[in-house]
Formats: sequence, C-alpha cells, structure tokens
Amino acid sequence: MSVVPKDLKYSREHEWIKVDGNIGIIGITDFAQKSLGDIVFIELPGVGDEISAGDSFGVVESVKAASDLYAPVSGKVVEVNEEVIESPQLVNEDPYGKGWMIKVEISNEAELDELLSPEDYEKLLEEEGE
Amino acid sequence: MENLKRTPLYEEHIKLGAKMVPFGGWEMPVQYTGILEEHMAVRTDVGMFDVSHMGEIEITGKQAERFVNYLITNDVSRLNSGDVIYTTMCYPDGGTVDDLLAYKYSTERYLLVVNAANKDKDLAHILQYRWDDVTVTDLSDETAEIALQGPRAQEILQKLTAFDLNQIKYFGFAEIEVAGVPCLVSRTGYTGEDGFEIYFAPNLATKIWNELLNLGVKPAGLGARDTLRFEACLPLYGHELSAEITPLEAGLGWAVKFNKEDFIGKEALLAQKNAGLKRKIVGLEMIGAGIPRQGYEIVFNQRGVGFVTSGTFAPFLKKNLAMAMVDLEAAEIGTEVDVIIRGKGVRARVISRPFYKRGK
Repeated sequence: MSVVPKDLKYSREHEWIKVDGNIGIIGITDFAQKSLGDIVFIELPGVGDEISAGDSFGVVESVKAASDLYAPVSGKVVEVNEEVIESPQLVNEDPYGKGWMIKVEISNEAELDELLSPEDYEKLLEEEGE
Repeated sequence: MENLKRTPLYEEHIKLGAKMVPFGGWEMPVQYTGILEEHMAVRTDVGMFDVSHMGEIEITGKQAERFVNYLITNDVSRLNSGDVIYTTMCYPDGGTVDDLLAYKYSTERYLLVVNAANKDKDLAHILQYRWDDVTVTDLSDETAEIALQGPRAQEILQKLTAFDLNQIKYFGFAEIEVAGVPCLVSRTGYTGEDGFEIYFAPNLATKIWNELLNLGVKPAGLGARDTLRFEACLPLYGHELSAEITPLEAGLGWAVKFNKEDFIGKEALLAQKNAGLKRKIVGLEMIGAGIPRQGYEIVFNQRGVGFVTSGTFAPFLKKNLAMAMVDLEAAEIGTEVDVIIRGKGVRARVISRPFYKRGK
C-alpha cells in the first residue's frame, strides 16, 4: 500500500501539496513514484514562473518514460528544489520529504477546495487498483 | 490483459512481486525491484531473465543449411556443429524481417531463435520461401528459456551442471543437463555481459528458475533487458531495425555476407551498398539536460536529419544516451546536433558505439 500522509491535499494526477499560509509545497505521491519506477530526470520551472492549476509545470522521467507534472493550484514559483534536479532518485526515496519539487505562492486559494482529501485520495488509489 | 500469453514462469513472477506488462502478445515482467538495481546486478554480479516468449523455429532436411543461408544475410556455411551466429533476415527490398540467432546442430538441422513479437510474421515469411525438401517446425510452445547474464554467470551455472562450461565458447552451444534437466545451453545473450541462454521443456522451467533463485541470482525484467542491450548498443527490432531499415543502415553490415550464394534481399542490399548509404545509426550523448526518447527528431544545421531509435538514461554509465538514425552529413563522430525534446532543441554529440563494452 502506498503512503498517504494526512496533512496534505492531493490531485487526481497524483501530485500532493502541503499548504503553509499562502505558500504551497508540491511534489508527487508515493503511489506516483512507485508507478513510474526509477526516476532519472526532472524538469521544473524557474523561480518567478507562473503555473496554472491543471496545466503541466514540468516533467518527470523514469528509465522507461516521460510523464508530465500537473499543477494542483495556480501561483508563482518562489522556490525550486535544486537538490531533486541533481538527484532525481530522491523522489523515489522520500517523495513527501526530500523529494519535494517546487514552492508556490498560491494565487487562488479557492482552488485548494477542488483538491482531494487524504481519505478521498486513498479511495482514488483503491479505484486505480492499488 | 486479455488474450495475452503467459510463460510457464508467470506464477513465479507474481510471487516475486513483478510488475507485469503486455509485450509482443505476452504478459511479461518489466521489473521486480527496480530497473536500475536489476541492471546493475547484471553488470556487476549476475541476473536472470525469463525469455520464454522468444520464438524457436527448427529447420531440418538435407537442404536445411542451404535454405537457412538463403533466408538470412549472414553465412552459416562456415559454422561448425555447436556454433551460433547472429544474423538478420530480410525482405527482397532489403528491409529487415527480423534479427535472430541461428544454432547449427548439423547441416541438416538448424534452430532459429526469433523475437517474440515477430514470431508469426517470421514463420509466415519462412514458409513463403520454404523449399520442398526442408521441414519448418515451430517449437515455440514446447520451449522455455532463461537467460543467465553477468560476470558471475558461469560460476553460478557451473554449480548446477557436471559439464565443464569452459567448453562452451562465446557463441557456442551444448546439450547438457542443468539441475538434472536436459537443456540446450548457449554462451549468448543480450546484455553485453558474459552469460548463457538456457532452453528446456516448459514443465521444467520452474525447477531451473528456482534453483537459480536459490543460488542468489537476481531476477531481472524486460526493463533492465532493454537498458542493458541499449548500453551495449545491441539493436532492437522496431527501433534500430525494421521493414524500413536495412541491416546496412543499422550498422550490421558485418552480418551481411555478399560473397555467398543468393539470399533474400541480396540484390537490394548490394545496390544500397554500391550506391553508398544515405543514413546510418549513430550513438549520441546529451550535452544539454534531457533524455532522448524513441522518435525524437534530430536537427543539424537547422534541418531535420533523423530521429532517435532508442534513448534513455544509461544506468551503468550514468549518462543520457541515444542511438539515432541520421543522414550521413550528421553522422561523423564529434558532430554536434540538437535533439528536439518537448519542442526545444537540446544539444547532443555523436559518439562512438558501443557505449558499454565489458572488460576482457
């Protein structure tokens, strides 16, 4: 079973977001990293870039394939995890910790209500055959 | 995964927690614990692959050897009994039907081991050209296969057989017992490492698999099989070879012997050779950040000059590499080109192949 921390919100595309004031930290879930397998390359936006909820903000590549990263909320990128670009395997090893990807200044807090609770995300995983 | 065939080792894969995927009409393990780990095990220690999905086609009869030589581009006439040869098999226009291994038992008996996804097509092709005095038999359903690969492959396999494995030379084979099971064992493989391909009856597959497992051999899936063959620059049908790509363009001219009797595709391939190749497969190393994938366009001097045939992060070499089919103007070692990754050109350099070669 994949780990689903209780203090996060989730997208249907398997990203997580941790909200701290108006800042959101974004990464991909344990389920996502397991499904992708060994992650070997990550492409992320630059600091200052704007991202939009539902749009691709980067790419994560496993040995076998490239997958888009979808923004759970809209906002301005205020920090990028350079360490994860250098060592993409951190996403496999610690998806909710060292494997975080970007921090954004959330521009529309209402979008957070559209995201899944940990319980709803667990249900989604069950539906996807976890 | 409806209508997919399963190998006799299917239950073993499930027990080991393998991730199963459809491949060439089969339900196959793509990985057990992870592609990188499995890849490294084969490079540095020993690993095994269930390759029971491969096709085995036997050619027998007084004219078997001459017929095989007519079918394929390489020359089997100089083989001794117990030798294996790598070859391509072509259409009359020079395009590739498949690449395969030919095992010579005698001039009257050959075994062709072909790609799983191509087996039916190959069989139809062979039957289309079959001579009256040869017999073509599809042994695929009666044959299971495990590939044992890696620097410790011989040490491990020796524990399961009384036969001195030193007697099986590179690209040689012998009919011996492994774990008490009669097997055909060849010193061949698809990883760039030393190793063996072991063929036996399907009902005995589990026994051999588990004996090897108990000796500490790491099971490896199709994912690692692909990254390993890629690092060693071994061609994969549908990537470096296809009906649209001739063996000459794929850099397999060494497996096309024009100095033998007639063979299917000879005229076309000879014409291509005499006219000079217009494109060929090269190796690429990324200079910029990005992973080149199959189908990505290659640009040189603002012009599209080709496409990536296989590309990935090479786990042992730890580089982002590709094989690509490019026009000759961009094929020289050292040439810098752009690989178009998600709409942007990313710099890459033509480098020599193979990327990986094991030490002697």
